[in-house]
Amino acid sequence: MEKLDVGAILQDLDDYRPRRHGWHWRKEPPGGVLMAGPFAYLEASEPLERSVPLPAAKYFGNIDPQPDAVITTEIASGRFEDDLRRMRMAAWHGADHIMVIRTAGQSHFDGLIDGTPEGVGGVPITRKQLRATRKALDLIEDEVGRPINFHSYVSGVAGPEVAVLFAEEGVNGAHQDPQYNVLYRNINMLRSFVDAAEAKSVMASRKMLQIDGAHNANATAREAWKVMPELMVQHAINALYSVKAGMDQDFIALSTVPPTAPPAPSMRLDLPYAVAMRQLFRGYRFRAQMNTRYIESDTREATVTHVLDLLISRLTSADVQSTITPDEGRNIPWHYNNIAAVDTAKQAMDGMDGLTEMVGLKFDGPLGNTVRDLKERATLFMEEILDIGGYFRAVEEGFFVDSGFYPERKGDGIVRSMTAGVGAGSIVPRDSDYMAPVCEHFGDNRLPADLTEKIDLGEGRPCDLIGGCTLHNPSKIPFVDELDERDNVHVRLDEHRDHREQGLLRPEVQWYADGVVTLTLFLPAKPEVAEYAALEYAKKLGLRDPLVLHRGLMHPAEGSVIEVKGFVDIDIDPRELVIPEKQEPLSDDEIRAEFEARPLSVVAATLGEDEHSVGMREIIDIKHGGLEKYGVAVHYLGTSVPVETVVDAAIEADSEAILASTIITHSDIHRVNMRRLNDLCVEKGIRDRVILIAGGTQVTDETARECGLDAGFGRGTKGHDVASFIVRRRRQDRGETP
Amino acid sequence: MQRDDDFAVRRRKIAGLTDEQLERRFWQLTERVVDPLVDLARGYTSPSIERSVLMRMGFSGPQAKAIVDKCAEQRLLGKGAGHVVYRLAKHREMDVAEAGQAMAEGRHWDKVAALFRKAGIPGGGRR
Repeated sequence: MEKLDVGAILQDLDDYRPRRHGWHWRKEPPGGVLMAGPFAYLEASEPLERSVPLPAAKYFGNIDPQPDAVITTEIASGRFEDDLRRMRMAAWHGADHIMVIRTAGQSHFDGLIDGTPEGVGGVPITRKQLRATRKALDLIEDEVGRPINFHSYVSGVAGPEVAVLFAEEGVNGAHQDPQYNVLYRNINMLRSFVDAAEAKSVMASRKMLQIDGAHNANATAREAWKVMPELMVQHAINALYSVKAGMDQDFIALSTVPPTAPPAPSMRLDLPYAVAMRQLFRGYRFRAQMNTRYIESDTREATVTHVLDLLISRLTSADVQSTITPDEGRNIPWHYNNIAAVDTAKQAMDGMDGLTEMVGLKFDGPLGNTVRDLKERATLFMEEILDIGGYFRAVEEGFFVDSGFYPERKGDGIVRSMTAGVGAGSIVPRDSDYMAPVCEHFGDNRLPADLTEKIDLGEGRPCDLIGGCTLHNPSKIPFVDELDERDNVHVRLDEHRDHREQGLLRPEVQWYADGVVTLTLFLPAKPEVAEYAALEYAKKLGLRDPLVLHRGLMHPAEGSVIEVKGFVDIDIDPRELVIPEKQEPLSDDEIRAEFEARPLSVVAATLGEDEHSVGMREIIDIKHGGLEKYGVAVHYLGTSVPVETVVDAAIEADSEAILASTIITHSDIHRVNMRRLNDLCVEKGIRDRVILIAGGTQVTDETARECGLDAGFGRGTKGHDVASFIVRRRRQDRGETP
Repeated sequence: MQRDDDFAVRRRKIAGLTDEQLERRFWQLTERVVDPLVDLARGYTSPSIERSVLMRMGFSGPQAKAIVDKCAEQRLLGKGAGHVVYRLAKHREMDVAEAGQAMAEGRHWDKVAALFRKAGIPGGGRR
């Protein structure tokens, strides 16, 4: 399979047109039930044509059931050309909603950005970047066999323009919430609401999915769980405003986050809120986001919090399941952490498939009471907004993001003024002869009377005045290429052109050949000491600019675990690597034919003081498709068998092969036992007529051969691999082609 | 503003409502909060809205910006920037694209204001 050719994607973008518009929901399988391997799934969608299943899928015939909810991943490293590769990886793991965060400061940029400059904490959203990304996603969605939704942000002081850009370029979903601009971007509230109606009208015309911004309140408030009544108020204002601007409820998704995380008793706090939301906002869609407020640098802790968030999604509902990467608390997400987050969602949702068929919510008691309590508080909040003189007055009074549990007030809310903020005083009343000769325009628009009549009859459009607008005549869309000849994607690609063309390898976490690697060390010292010791190790191991990513206390006196990142400048040429060739197993028929013609007897055991038997059973048992299924006579001696016993048994049964399992590797005991096995067979004079095979998680073919055996098999080996080896070995001995 | 949690007192007037009634009340209140905002949006425009109209007419970002800045300077945004370009094109019997390009380059602005001062309102219905 070929790598994504970014150079080819960047060609002919001036001619590129998106092949579809609007949001895509996952498709329910026929009859509502997905059959996959031995299982039936009740909350799944149609399978992918190509994908990477979860690791444990190998036990179930490599199934990769896709949950019913659209799964989101946020990818924006600052260099969109590198993000395209990550989007491909994420899609293969099950993401079908790719969200691109904008570069810092773009929301205050009064107008559009062109070209492909490098971003900070996100990507500059431009027509060229959108086209290249959408074009790459076209290839990727064809590959996985499921449409991929592309998403960014319609906010800031250029909302209407960004909305038109998105409508033209086939962006499928966007964040749009004027309250977000007001509270978190300090954009003037009048400007923000006036702009929002136009943006929403344009988005609605393309059936883009809108995600709102209320959830930011619990990423901001000091005590996130207390802003729940306010969150409901914010959701309601944006939701109804959107409907009035022309959006269909089916494309309005409320972005809701479980407000707390353990060690808070998060289920008891978060579940009533999730239920209240879904009751009060019946008919709207739900985008379930994961908690970020309490995420630290511990990726394990983040993952557990996120799984609990997924439990809430399954107990209530999620149309779009968002994911937060486990390294959210450390840095801008790295390649593999996006994949980890997508897999966490897929794994948890698959695991909880159909849960509510057996487990129900108990409304009689604290859940029902809290749901009612929240709805009442939200209603009283809305009433007080009216009492004080409406939404704008309420913002001026600091009603929002106050950390008090409404109606309690702490007086620490965000205060904005109607006459201040970015874009203050910039809205203009429309004159009585105001006119806009384009489609999907919101509000008063005095078009010529004859045209108005035609429009009312469904025989005309506002843009008939100008021979079609870009929404109906895309050939009118102008394409602006690079404006900055030094800061653009072509310059960035040139940086590593030789490296790429020579096919060299260098590790990376976000950008091509960025050279970032991590090192995990346990040190028997307190974190303050361990941290500096770890940095010293990193330097001595040759890592440039080492930085501590995470420190975990194991015990104040006994030790700490430290994760360090650093840079390496070493390139590896894969052509110079010596990679042992992996032989494909023979067909079952070939193996069976061989053993029918010349029956095989083997002796099998786990060597030494080792009680592990699972691996060996995998190789020999008929029920795991092991050797027995080919009619091999297996003399299984059990676990913790001394080497001498194994060799004696082989002599007595006149077996042709010995299969020795060795899992424990303390003090290299696996090597000691493998050598002993060989030596003993030599001593007893049977080495030339018995095939010696070792297996185990730490065993490789190389180590086994070093110890004098004929072959070694590691993790993932199946019975047919071992059988194939023996058949080939016999053929070789007979002078045939193996 | 600081205030203790007086929920027990405030809730008295809604305590007797059924769940359905409570939810209806919530949405009625929401509508009363939202309607004035919608009216504001209907009757006002902004530089970004006007640039977005020009984009839909086929102008590039930099062209749209230049035209809207000029309209603001001449206090013509209330007419609609797209309208201004459209009107000039009609008056000069030019193509809309051609008129807009010239205007983005700073031409014709001396004639534009006059077009609106003397003209009657073209046409009728509101949308």
